[in-house]
Amino acid sequence: MVPSAPDLSFRSGRNRNERIIGAILFLCAALSTLVTVGIVGVLLTQSFAFFRQVSVVEFLTSTQWTPLFQDKNFGILPLAAGSFLIAGGAAIIALPTGLLAAVYLSEYAAHRTRRILKPLLEILAGIPTVVYGYFALTFITPILRSIWPETDVFNAASGAIVVGVMIIPTVASLSEDALSAVPDTLRQGAYGLGATKLEVSTRVVIPGALSGILASFILAISRAIGETMAVTIAAGNLPNLTLNPMESIQTMTAYIVQASLGDTPQGSLAHQTLYAVGLTLFLITLSMNVVSQWILGRFREEYE
Amino acid sequence: MPGAEGPVGPRTDGGLGGGQRPRDRRRHILGDVFAVVCGAATLVGVVALAILLFDVVRDGVGQVDLAFLTSFASRFPERAGVKAALAGSVWILGLTALIAFPISVSAAIYLEEYAAQNWITRLIQLNIANLAGVPSIVYGILGLTVFVRALGLERSIISGALTLSLLILPVIIIAAQEAIRAVPDSIRQASYGLGATRWQTVSRQVLPMAMPGILTGTILALSRAVGETAPLIMVGAVGFIAFTPSGLGDQFTVLPLQIFNWISRPQDEFHVLAAAGILVLLALLLSMNAAAILLRNHYQKNRN
Repeated sequence: MVPSAPDLSFRSGRNRNERIIGAILFLCAALSTLVTVGIVGVLLTQSFAFFRQVSVVEFLTSTQWTPLFQDKNFGILPLAAGSFLIAGGAAIIALPTGLLAAVYLSEYAAHRTRRILKPLLEILAGIPTVVYGYFALTFITPILRSIWPETDVFNAASGAIVVGVMIIPTVASLSEDALSAVPDTLRQGAYGLGATKLEVSTRVVIPGALSGILASFILAISRAIGETMAVTIAAGNLPNLTLNPMESIQTMTAYIVQASLGDTPQGSLAHQTLYAVGLTLFLITLSMNVVSQWILGRFREEYE
Repeated sequence: MPGAEGPVGPRTDGGLGGGQRPRDRRRHILGDVFAVVCGAATLVGVVALAILLFDVVRDGVGQVDLAFLTSFASRFPERAGVKAALAGSVWILGLTALIAFPISVSAAIYLEEYAAQNWITRLIQLNIANLAGVPSIVYGILGLTVFVRALGLERSIISGALTLSLLILPVIIIAAQEAIRAVPDSIRQASYGLGATRWQTVSRQVLPMAMPGILTGTILALSRAVGETAPLIMVGAVGFIAFTPSGLGDQFTVLPLQIFNWISRPQDEFHVLAAAGILVLLALLLSMNAAAILLRNHYQKNRN
């Protein structure tokens, strides 16, 4: 604090300006809260209109999603299954790969190697998702179809593979942060007992960073569920309650894109589906992000 | 201190001078295998990036020429170009920067330099962390409902720029906060000691020192905005436009959307155009990142 000085008139002018600036800055920070209020408000009010005509029970249990057909069904399950099929496939690829890459970067790589590899992973994270979609459709899908000829042109596997590649940097970089936060004294203690680097990594460092690693896994899966363009392009637009990755499916995000591209009249039930699906997507990703942060919060306490 | 240079890495000789037991040899072989597996996992991302770039360059490089950059989209693939999309992307980039940068930096200054440690600050901070994890398509739903419909801005460039500004707000705030936090407290104390007010301290001491970090974070966030497709589909950017925008209320398209439009067509000729469009988009992103590095170096040189 500035101690009070004799020149009071001069100070009061300064103080008034200071208060105005402080208020403007506060408004900018508070605006971010308004964004959340806007998202939740829009999704809730519009979904409310939807759920006045379609029961929540039908929405959650019906196994068909055909809002644009003559015979209308409003079951979110096929779309949710599509999203989880993509996220599950992506997780199988990205979680082990990302974690092992994090172990390499944190425990093995020399300083110079890290300085080359980390920016490359950042580039991978910065590639626009529409580019991943192109890559899936024109490169991965033909390979899949030459190995398994019965694969659909648009298939979940192709989408899952590119989304997996896309979230490797998320897992690798957040897990590496967690691994690096494990104190060196623990490693040195283990080496002093004659442990090899493998034993130190898997029995000391990874368990010590487990909560941070888990948080990175959840965050990456949440991103895979929210991913839109790559799955819209590669995985298709056919709501399909299936576990077969070679079939065409539709994710929640892809449906939202499809619904907004078409000419559904504003205020119609078909248009309101967009908000019901958006609300479902928002709640799923939000709860995963909150869980991830909660785990990370616990983790911070461990070494501080 | 004796023993300070004790083992910090794996000792392959076990410190006993040869004569390893078979069990120890197995442990060390297993350790070597693990090191190779970790290294290979790190390379998965790098190799995927290389294949992706190779695929796009091979497909599209023959199509990129001056005519491609200066022609509008067309039904005839041989006459089509990215003029409207490139212009739209540059407009979106500029407008989003103008809107998002001042608000985000002000919010970051408030949170780091002004905010009291109370529940309001914690709420804002928690909210920003959660907003960063909201899928981009949800911002699209918000933009469609609030900017396009409620505020009557229609399917215009300003609707798109406002939507993307909200999307990257939390990203810039978090980066700017980190940059401001990295400024040593001694600088602030010296400034206060000379009788400066809080705003004088922030604007003349803290911000100039934090600016390289803030700018880098901002440009990275803007690259994300330039690569976004899904939210702009929602707010009604169209894939087929034969004019460059001349004002905030004009209809528009952007590079990722033009690429998506071309990918969605079944003919191979349009896929070639998509690949060429991707090359233009990647070139734009690459030059933005180069600008970020140059700016950072420039500021760092001036500071010393």
